[in-house]
Amino acid sequence: MWSVPSLEFPTSSTACETRTVRILVAMSGGVDSSVAAALLADIHGTDDVVGATLKLWGGESDSGCCSVADVDDARRVADQLGLVHHVFNFAAEFEAHVVDPYVTGHADGRTPNPCIECNRHLKFDRLLDRATQLGFDAVATGHHARRVRDADGTWRLARGADPAKDQSYVLAMLGQDQLARTVFPVGELTKAQVREEASRRGLRTAAKPDSQDVCFIRSDEGRAGFLAQRVELHPGRLVDHDSGADLGEVTAVELVTVGQRRGMGHGTDGRRRFVTSVDVPARRVTVGPPEASYAADLALWTIAWVDGPPSGWDGVDGADGLAQCSAHGPALPCVVRADGDGLSVRFAAPQRRVAPGQTVALYDPVRPDLVVGSGLVR
Amino acid sequence: MGGMSASERADAFRDDSDRVYLDHAATTPLRPEALEAMLPVLTDDFANPSGGHAESRRARVALDDARDRIAELLGVGPGELVLTSGGTEADDLAVHGGWQAVSDGWTDRVPPAVVCTAMEHHAVLLACRTLARRTGADLREVPSGADGRIDLDALADACRDDVGLVSVMAVNNEVGTVQPLDEVAAVVASRSPGAVLHTDAVQAVPWLDVAACTAPAGLVSVSAHKFGGPKGSGALVVRSGVGIRSRIDGGGQERGRRSGTPHVAGAVGMAAALASTVAERRASVDRVTGLRDRLGDGLLAAVPGAVESGDRDRRVAGILHLRFAAVEAEAAVILLDQAGIAASAGAACSSGAVEPSHVLAAMGLGPAEASSGVRFSLGVTTTDDDVERALARIPDVVDRLRN
Repeated sequence: MWSVPSLEFPTSSTACETRTVRILVAMSGGVDSSVAAALLADIHGTDDVVGATLKLWGGESDSGCCSVADVDDARRVADQLGLVHHVFNFAAEFEAHVVDPYVTGHADGRTPNPCIECNRHLKFDRLLDRATQLGFDAVATGHHARRVRDADGTWRLARGADPAKDQSYVLAMLGQDQLARTVFPVGELTKAQVREEASRRGLRTAAKPDSQDVCFIRSDEGRAGFLAQRVELHPGRLVDHDSGADLGEVTAVELVTVGQRRGMGHGTDGRRRFVTSVDVPARRVTVGPPEASYAADLALWTIAWVDGPPSGWDGVDGADGLAQCSAHGPALPCVVRADGDGLSVRFAAPQRRVAPGQTVALYDPVRPDLVVGSGLVR
Repeated sequence: MGGMSASERADAFRDDSDRVYLDHAATTPLRPEALEAMLPVLTDDFANPSGGHAESRRARVALDDARDRIAELLGVGPGELVLTSGGTEADDLAVHGGWQAVSDGWTDRVPPAVVCTAMEHHAVLLACRTLARRTGADLREVPSGADGRIDLDALADACRDDVGLVSVMAVNNEVGTVQPLDEVAAVVASRSPGAVLHTDAVQAVPWLDVAACTAPAGLVSVSAHKFGGPKGSGALVVRSGVGIRSRIDGGGQERGRRSGTPHVAGAVGMAAALASTVAERRASVDRVTGLRDRLGDGLLAAVPGAVESGDRDRRVAGILHLRFAAVEAEAAVILLDQAGIAASAGAACSSGAVEPSHVLAAMGLGPAEASSGVRFSLGVTTTDDDVERALARIPDVVDRLRN
């Protein structure tokens, strides 16, 4: 059997000695956060653990954490556990920090990750502030990641115990300030253990499927249908990466992503083609053979460090690192260097291009479980 | 916890000893006399009142007595009362059913237009919007002044001879402002002679002479749980000569205006609660106004940056609405709850989240101000001690929210 994660909090010297640790657990209505709430209730008691569900999206949605049905699941699990439960309406902030940038990003030929922006601006900013305001010491979520503390008191963000469900990539923007006030109770568990625990406790969310899609996009309209309601989509030309030859038309340049191969057809040599760049103002999508879709360098901005940059990153040799370019992609050896207001990543070997707007999470080459920081592809 | 029954789980949350309940405008406690009146029809006189046997006749008598009593207290005849499942259904019947009856007799090709205030309860506002969307009727939403009262000039502009239905609430549910229904009715009668006037009087019943103040309206909505009756029980007054089209077809109960087996216990409880409310009204208003003003004065003095919404002499006794600068009402309600005080912020949606107040927006306030309003609503069970405890706790809560 697994062990319950230890929970450490810096004790304030002004705090009343008898004061207990109070935790606000973000409950999406899914199985992970349900079990997170249950584990916390075991440790801290039902008086000091409160559930909260974020109402993020005012529009119609059939998946993710925004529907009324998911709020109902979260509240009923909280009821069953004996926890007080609140709903926070953060719809305006979600629109401003997640949905609008998602739409304008696509209109500019970038591919933002809305879950990461939601974590950055909603769960680990707005919600943390609200929790502090309401007198809570920490926010807990159901993410599969671990928070560990070095001997010198530095907080580290580590991969979750279940490699297939590790979510450290979507949390790689967290810094010391947030980690000090955050708990991931299911990070030590595998997904199977989470479901087993939920089932053992008879939680109604035990068999609920994982959410997969962008929570504010309805499955029947899809990304294209959603974006079409909010921005003008433009047809464009498909151009060969090597020869510049015109290869035909794409119906909407805004819906094409760098690295995409679906719908791009095959070259004259019969090999599949990949998108190498998207130029929305010129209405041009460039495609090439697999080798043209590879690059050794990436430029990042919007940099966040868990505990400051790695030593040597601002020198000529840079710092060694491991770069992960998608939620469950491999973490590849690279060298990172300071580059103006951002940084550059040079891989040991060329890698598939990453779309502008996507997140690259950097891990520690010596302790490869640990997140070092993250940035967005320029 | 998994093995607990529902009532045990509810009890686990319950520690009433030190709570201060200031959300009477949402639901006020069931009056003991209402409960007492309801018990026989929930037990012995259980039968369907529409049957042809002795058991049915007993239920029928209880229902008819309740109807007579409610009608008399509302200043109408028993045939002018349509019992409903509550205020929302009464509003729905008034807006859709009232408009349809006007529309059926409309001679113009363009469907009759609808006028309502922008500060209506969602039961009216969203019903009007749905009606407009489905029928193509023009909807004119009339703004309020900063004082929380309807802008009568804007109403006059909206009321043209193409209007078939006007809905203006008697008392606003968030800020408690009393609307000038006599003046509204005069505008409607002179400018929109073909229109029926509906008023949502749900918040008026506990505090105003409801028969007198709603007299200018052809359609009047009331809801029992706002004045000590049970939830799930309400009524729409349909004055003689005013048309209505059924929204629920079936057994033809309520003279064909609202089918469905009548909620006899609900009607009986509403009648008992309404009788007590009307009988005690003057004394209740005097006493609760004093408590409300003491709470308001105390908070305005103790909390920097607190602003009261609406003039006190134009508000019902039970509602104190305060805006706390730089405070989010959603957080305030949670921290007040932790401090043992039940209050509310704006309108709660089905998920329980707090929506920005459309009422404060209709009064011309910006998004930040419209999200800083907290409603403290008092009822006939509110005591001096409640006010003292509220005054002792609320300033500290606001202070914490600002640090």
